[in-house]
Amino acid sequence: MWTWFHKLASPPHFYRLSAKMIPWFAVPGIALVVYGSYAGLFLAPADYQQGDAFRIIYVHVPAAYLSMMTYMVMAISAGIGLIWRIKLSHAVAAAAAPLGAWFTFLALMTGSIWGRPMWGTWWEWGDPRLTSQLLMLFIYFGYMALRTAIDDPLKADRASAVLAMVGAVNIPIIHFSVEWWSSLHQGATLVREGGPAMPVEMLYPLLANIVGFTFLFGALVLGRVRTEVLFRERRKRWVRNLLLPDGDLE
Amino acid sequence: MTTASGNHPGIWSGLVAVIRRDVLLAWKRPGDVLNPLFFFAMISTLFPLAIGPSAEQLQFSGPGVVWVAALLAALLSLNSLFLSDHEDGSLDQLILSPQPLPLLALAKALAHWLTTGLPLVLVSPLMAITFQMPAGTISIMMLTLVFGTVSLSLLGSIGAALTVGLHRGSALLSLVILPLAMPILIFGARTVSLAAADDAVAAGIYFLAAYCMLALTLAPFATAAALRISNE
Amino acid sequence: MSEMFAMGNYGAYVWSCFGLTLAVLVICVVQGAQRHKSVLNDVKTRIRAMESDT
Repeated sequence: MWTWFHKLASPPHFYRLSAKMIPWFAVPGIALVVYGSYAGLFLAPADYQQGDAFRIIYVHVPAAYLSMMTYMVMAISAGIGLIWRIKLSHAVAAAAAPLGAWFTFLALMTGSIWGRPMWGTWWEWGDPRLTSQLLMLFIYFGYMALRTAIDDPLKADRASAVLAMVGAVNIPIIHFSVEWWSSLHQGATLVREGGPAMPVEMLYPLLANIVGFTFLFGALVLGRVRTEVLFRERRKRWVRNLLLPDGDLE
Repeated sequence: MTTASGNHPGIWSGLVAVIRRDVLLAWKRPGDVLNPLFFFAMISTLFPLAIGPSAEQLQFSGPGVVWVAALLAALLSLNSLFLSDHEDGSLDQLILSPQPLPLLALAKALAHWLTTGLPLVLVSPLMAITFQMPAGTISIMMLTLVFGTVSLSLLGSIGAALTVGLHRGSALLSLVILPLAMPILIFGARTVSLAAADDAVAAGIYFLAAYCMLALTLAPFATAAALRISNE
Repeated sequence: MSEMFAMGNYGAYVWSCFGLTLAVLVICVVQGAQRHKSVLNDVKTRIRAMESDT
């Protein structure tokens, strides 16, 4: 088990394997998202309260979910990198952060656009989810700013890993406090928990999109980790042999 | 030094020594203590000038203004928490000392609170009076500020340790710590607002106390890890 | 057909959200691919420069 893990975590092996793995994530991801979006847009019945505007859920919820999941991936791999000093997992954290920021941005924008016809404003502070998303975006910015501010890459990895873990402890607290804060004046949420159960024609496309976006995230993150690995290992022998296999210089 | 069992006088003496040293240093350079206080007072003055002198409006926004001003003043002073130690090399000694580093990090954060947080709590009633806050609310506000500023000193010490020795570390510190400090601001300011409206304040105060305890137990370890990384 | 795309007068909102999502995904892919290419080129140039020195 451990030898297998170490082999996977060795950069040359990862670099070779990941190239083969990307299609395994990208193809099902695209298929699921195409199905989920098509079914969500055209096959699912309109919501009895929100009409067709509810169809924004098919991109908003996956984006919001991914912005959280990406942070978890980031914090866990940063923690593994910090504790067991596995370079590859720092590369994963570095690669995940910008993707997480993009998904958070997407969740914010789609939430705001969704809110416009529903609440009559582009921004509703009373919605705890949108407010938490905004804070999430700031947290990603802080993480990326710290990473770019430190010149030494090893130091940047370890310092940002500490920040990612501090953030992981704080994020549930931030969510809770924002919920409490907005509950003081009647919250107006778009996605209600415990409401009437969604009919399956509405639910399946949503699940397809959530799973599909997760696969797409997997493909995107693998691609970026490859870039990170290549950059970090640029002085190593295996990179040289990989890029110039026959040793010809001309 | 430390004994194998029973009391560990050596450990606590390290904590006390660091606190005493930092407080004495602040005493010799009163600017370090006074600047955040002036900053705090100034931000609290900006708001009435910006939103108008109407007593009703000021009463309404007072809790939020005082809390935002306290947050920013605490952040301003956090930048220098490890800076002078980093420049004169005493940070190396702190890290290399036989004392457990988390305990010394805790001491640094507590010293920071004693020299900035505590004075801030003590002058906050002056700001509150200018915002027409009633006396009952002021005592609640001071209580929330006590828990809040201790938490901020601890949380901020992590950020200060991460950014020590970096160019433009001050702006970075705010960028890194502000989003994480939101729960403190939310519960602090809202609890004071609730108190002003004669609503129940227990929930907010319990939360702030719990946050403070969590920060007291976890933050020193993160600060210690960050100091080791930044100083290697 | 046009009724299908009108989304009961919410068309502008729904389609802009889906368009935005597509745009973000495309940006993520293109950005990643571009960076990979530039890193690949940098590393190659570096290796070539080093090996022609020796």
